[in-house]
Amino acid sequence: MKVEEKLALNKFDVDKEVHITVNEEGCRDCELKPCLYACPADCFVLREDHITFSYEGCLECGSCQIACAKGAISWTYPRGGFGVCYQYG
Amino acid sequence: MDRFDAIVVGAGPAGCASALVMAKAGLKVLVFERGKYVGAKNMWGGAFFGPQINYLFPNFWEEAPVERLVTRHVISFLTGKGSVSVDFKSTDFGIPPYNGFILLRAKFDLWMAKQVEKAGAILATGLKVDDLLVEGEKVKGVKIGKEEFHSDVVILAEGANSLLTQKAGLRKEFSSEDIKQGVKEVIQLSRKTIEERFNLKGNEGVAMEFVGLCTRGLPGGGFLYTNKESLSLGVVAQLSDLIKNRVKTLDLLEEFKTHPEIGKLIEGGQTVEYSAHLIPVAGLGMIPRLYRDGLLVTGDAGALLLGTGLILEGANFAIASGMAAAETVKMAKEREDFSQRTLSHYQQILKESFVLQDLETFKKAPKFLKNARIYHLYPELIVEMAEKIFRNNGEPRKGTFRMVREVLKGRISIWQLFSDVMKARKAI
Ligand SMILES: Cc1cc2nc3c(=O)[nH]c(=O)nc-3n(C[C@H](O)[C@H](O)[C@H](O)COP(=O)(O)OP(=O)(O)OC[C@H]3O[C@@H](n4cnc5c(N)ncnc54)[C@H](O)[C@@H]3O)c2cc1C
Ligand code: SF4
Ligand code: SF4
Repeated sequence: MKVEEKLALNKFDVDKEVHITVNEEGCRDCELKPCLYACPADCFVLREDHITFSYEGCLECGSCQIACAKGAISWTYPRGGFGVCYQYG
Repeated sequence: MDRFDAIVVGAGPAGCASALVMAKAGLKVLVFERGKYVGAKNMWGGAFFGPQINYLFPNFWEEAPVERLVTRHVISFLTGKGSVSVDFKSTDFGIPPYNGFILLRAKFDLWMAKQVEKAGAILATGLKVDDLLVEGEKVKGVKIGKEEFHSDVVILAEGANSLLTQKAGLRKEFSSEDIKQGVKEVIQLSRKTIEERFNLKGNEGVAMEFVGLCTRGLPGGGFLYTNKESLSLGVVAQLSDLIKNRVKTLDLLEEFKTHPEIGKLIEGGQTVEYSAHLIPVAGLGMIPRLYRDGLLVTGDAGALLLGTGLILEGANFAIASGMAAAETVKMAKEREDFSQRTLSHYQQILKESFVLQDLETFKKAPKFLKNARIYHLYPELIVEMAEKIFRNNGEPRKGTFRMVREVLKGRISIWQLFSDVMKARKAI
């Protein structure tokens, strides 16, 4: 099962406001790119050497910020009420 | 703006427990929850163990949305070639007050929060606390955007990713060594299929833990819980290991689902949800300062949970710490003194209860559980031995001890094995 298929099953109330931003300057000389392995929702994708990030499928776990040793990620939860809404949990 | 005796941040088990006890004592309590509804942000394995929740909600199982009782525990060592399991069934665990309750958090947390409201606390959902309101050394309330909410004391029950606890200067930044990540799918199956497949009757249920191939031999494991009409299937791994080995839990879970042992159990099921969450399991050393003037930290935010490899328990620790925080606030209210000197009573209650005592007893577990052999070599050795014991290839058999020696040969020395066993004895 692909990650997009999995995330499509979840209910999200996606905020217009972005809750996580990545300073891609920092990513350039980040060799290991830990965020790629830390994110359980594949929000970080490597495209020809540079990281692209999309917040829409974020499960708000917090892993990426802990994994990024360069401090390139500025992280907060989505505004109250927005983001993932688990039905089962 | 109204003033409250206490503001609670987060309506998980820790927040609900503290709010309930305070509201019942007549205190004016306001609970903030960032989820659209209570439970919207919460996931776990999982099952509630022990009497803690029953202290809070006597005979809760009669009306709460409990999926099944844990009447059977299975621990399996999984390799590519087969598995060896310990299968424990208890008739006692099926008799009130029971020992374990399998729950889905989105449903159960909502129920808990309703009880908290009934007790008189005010619940504000869909609101994320952005900051603490601090005057001098004292915490005086919380901030949401530009709005301020004032109280004598704030109880942080914000869960594992404890941003406010960090902002309050009570913990340092997490390292990926301190944190595990859990992912899970809820897989729908008919009640009848579940009961036939897992050999269950009525409200009986099973909690299964897997060690070995499910994490490609990395520290951590797999889990499966039977709900009423679905299975919770997931994988837990250390964040630092995922990064070092360039592995994603996403892929581990997909592999786990296709393992023949698991494939059989979930066959015909329909995945209906995918979730992820952090677990702060570095033990005693990770616990932040749990109080300061006007502030108490409870549950996962205080890293108050226990992982011994055989068990992962956090919700009961969250409830116990939430209740302890509430008792402390009640006392502080009587004295009208919310200074850290009075609030330090909280730490004292935790020390006298299982919360800090269990963490002390198992303080060597986190380090021990990083031993890669547990997840890689030992499952293989165990499965291979079982295969040798049961295999009949028509040739004369060898004595069991000789066979064991042969399996171990070249893979691990007797001394290494002995040393691991001794360490296990001390750690878990
Ligand atoms: C994969 C996995 C499996 C687990 N299995 C088990 C198990 O089987 N048994 C067991 O006992 N434990 C298990 N645990 C641990 C257990 O889930 C936690 O210990 C428990 O949920 C902690 O409760 P809590 O109330 O401290 O935090 P949480 O349950 O995380 O609740 C925190 C609440 O605070 C809210 N919140 C956070 N920040 C804010 C903010 N700024 N403003 C407003 N609201 C906020 C959140 O939305 C959430 O509702 C498991 C954990 C994981 C991840
Ligand atoms: S880990 Fe941080 S710096 Fe490295 S690629 Fe990812 S976001 Fe960029
Ligand atoms: S918070 Fe979790 S799910 Fe969201 S982007 Fe970061 S790692 Fe991915």
